[in-house]
Amino acid sequence: METSIRYSRQGAESHGAKTDADAIVPHMKILVIEDDLEAAAYMTKAFREAGIVVDHASDGESGLFMGTENSYDVMVIDRMLPRRDGLSVISELRKRGVNTPVLILSALGQVDDRVTGLRAGGDDYLPKPYAFSELLARVEVLGRRKGTPEQDMVYRVGDLELDRLSHEVRRAGKEILLQPREFRLLEYLMKNAGQVVTRTMLLEHVWDYHFDPQTNVIDVHVSRLRSKIEKDFDKPLLKTIRGAGYMIKDEG
Amino acid sequence: MLARARLMFRSTAVRLSALYILLFALCAAFLVVYVTAMSERLLAQQTRQTLQEEVQDVQRAYERGGINLLLRMIERRARQPGANLYVIAGPNGEMLAGNVASVQPGVLDEQGWTGFPFSYEPYAEVSRPGRHMAVANVLRLDNGLRVMIGRDLGDPGRFRGIVRRALMVALTIMGIGALVIWFGIGRNALKRIDRMSAASQKIMAGDLSQRLPIGKSGDEFDRLSDSLNAMLGRIEKLNEGLRQVSDNIAHDLKTPLTRLRNKAADALAEGRDDVRRTALEGIIGESDQLIRTFNALLMISRVEAGSIAAEMSEVDLSAISGDSAELYEPVAEEAGLSLTTELQPGLVVQGNRELIGQAIFNLLDNAVKYAAEGKGEKKICVRLSGQNGSFRLSVCDHGPGIPRDKRQEVTKRFVRLDESRSKPGTGLGLSLVEAVMELHGGSLELSATDESDKEAPGLTATMVFPAPKP
Repeated sequence: METSIRYSRQGAESHGAKTDADAIVPHMKILVIEDDLEAAAYMTKAFREAGIVVDHASDGESGLFMGTENSYDVMVIDRMLPRRDGLSVISELRKRGVNTPVLILSALGQVDDRVTGLRAGGDDYLPKPYAFSELLARVEVLGRRKGTPEQDMVYRVGDLELDRLSHEVRRAGKEILLQPREFRLLEYLMKNAGQVVTRTMLLEHVWDYHFDPQTNVIDVHVSRLRSKIEKDFDKPLLKTIRGAGYMIKDEG
Repeated sequence: MLARARLMFRSTAVRLSALYILLFALCAAFLVVYVTAMSERLLAQQTRQTLQEEVQDVQRAYERGGINLLLRMIERRARQPGANLYVIAGPNGEMLAGNVASVQPGVLDEQGWTGFPFSYEPYAEVSRPGRHMAVANVLRLDNGLRVMIGRDLGDPGRFRGIVRRALMVALTIMGIGALVIWFGIGRNALKRIDRMSAASQKIMAGDLSQRLPIGKSGDEFDRLSDSLNAMLGRIEKLNEGLRQVSDNIAHDLKTPLTRLRNKAADALAEGRDDVRRTALEGIIGESDQLIRTFNALLMISRVEAGSIAAEMSEVDLSAISGDSAELYEPVAEEAGLSLTTELQPGLVVQGNRELIGQAIFNLLDNAVKYAAEGKGEKKICVRLSGQNGSFRLSVCDHGPGIPRDKRQEVTKRFVRLDESRSKPGTGLGLSLVEAVMELHGGSLELSATDESDKEAPGLTATMVFPAPKP
């Protein structure tokens, strides 16, 4: 039955291998609560390849127990679980003071479900079917969130600087003029520097639409931004991660 | 015949009219009884007052002229035709003068108004013999004489008889009239219901194109038929859509599935790693497309089912159009197109922002896709204006356009004008836009951007929203 996981081996491999080798992803430990054992096995294997330690629970009650007893960086919770529904697991965890970021997986997957999921205390939402690269990118961003100081007023990647207050962008001291939307695009990419950001995540955070952009709209915006921040400079910063999305990173 | 009558009595119309008639008859009877009672009372009161006045006359005559004047006056009055009853009696009750032969014993002993009817016997020459009923006022004079002035009540049953006859006649006419109306309405209603059930039988048998008959009067039956027909229309459309979908799924999903299977088989058979990798990448791309198609299908059916309606809020159409145009502007530019906007600011509707956004994106996707390949002007536009109670959001291009006779068809699921299906796309874009517009109580209009341009008339797709009521 489980055809919903699109495991892009090629995408995960290049992405995972790279992140592993470069130790971009710090040692991360996550809990996956998913009753579909085949899907869970896929996920566990793919997360491990990306350098993430995975614990797995196959029903709501044991998931709640593990989530309360152990400490995780991120939890991935399916909405429909035996013995205890995913949303109730999340609200119970929150009640018990567990504030670990939660990503909700759902086969229901539409606008209204996303809203109810986030209201129940989830931090992100991914409708099935999804590409594994999308899930990985989101888990990494969620796991990183704990450490990223939201209040940082200036983001820096290599010689690129973005001032969130004055909305100024400079590279090697030279000012780069960006459209407001390009600024927000760069801001989001730099906030998650060193991490893969998918097209869907960009559409969500920069344009506030929650669906899969079916055409290359996002790519065109990214390549415009890229040409602005890289045109007169030797070193590329904004990379396209095949089969996954984009990442801004100073190769050092 | 009897069975038919029985059936007819079971019909609501007939039962209702029967009830009405019963109520009406009761009301009429009550009215007649009431009027009778009232008029009798009024008559009695008048009689009493007349007699009272006459007694006062008699008393005054006695005081002025003594017994002689009294006698003369009584004699004169008693002889007049249709006169009242007069009696002058002695202290022991013996009749001295007047036009009455005898009265019920005891009547003359009381002073004043008798209060109740009593019987008396008049002189034969005055009236027909026999016992009569009367009311009277008795006056006792100081010399012991008693004067009675009374009035004959006539035949007490006569007035009532007239009333009863009138009532009978009225009720009979009413009954006959009601029966006739009854028969007319009941039969008419029955016939119409028969026709309606005959039509529904055919519909149940599977002929969804059947419609219930509608008369000219526009009454309840017609209105009922009208709404049932509208419902049937909707069912037929949904049914049609369903059939179309299953046909098209068979056609549209079989092809990529077959391709998918072939590619997998090739990859399996392939020895070289790089070729196998390419084949596997192709498989992933193929699956992505299939998943996209399924997601779009799911989305459309959920929108059509109206289950997303709960998420309605105020949506700024002007802002959303501006954002979408801005999002697509670089894509258009990349494709060698210029994107222009004409947006009226501040137009707000109740709706679902995500769905409206997705609908506009679909239209812009199409515009970019078709304008780029067309021979026409390399430009697309986004326009938003509010007029005559509706907000119109148009996306126009100068591509090959859609022939007039195909415009209905293209909003159906999986319908693509490009028969070879060589261009990317699910064939569901416009279906979603139409479903979204229906959810918002609006519509999707398709027209040519420039009718005169035969080569590239282009397409203008307009999302028409009803303007919110102030």
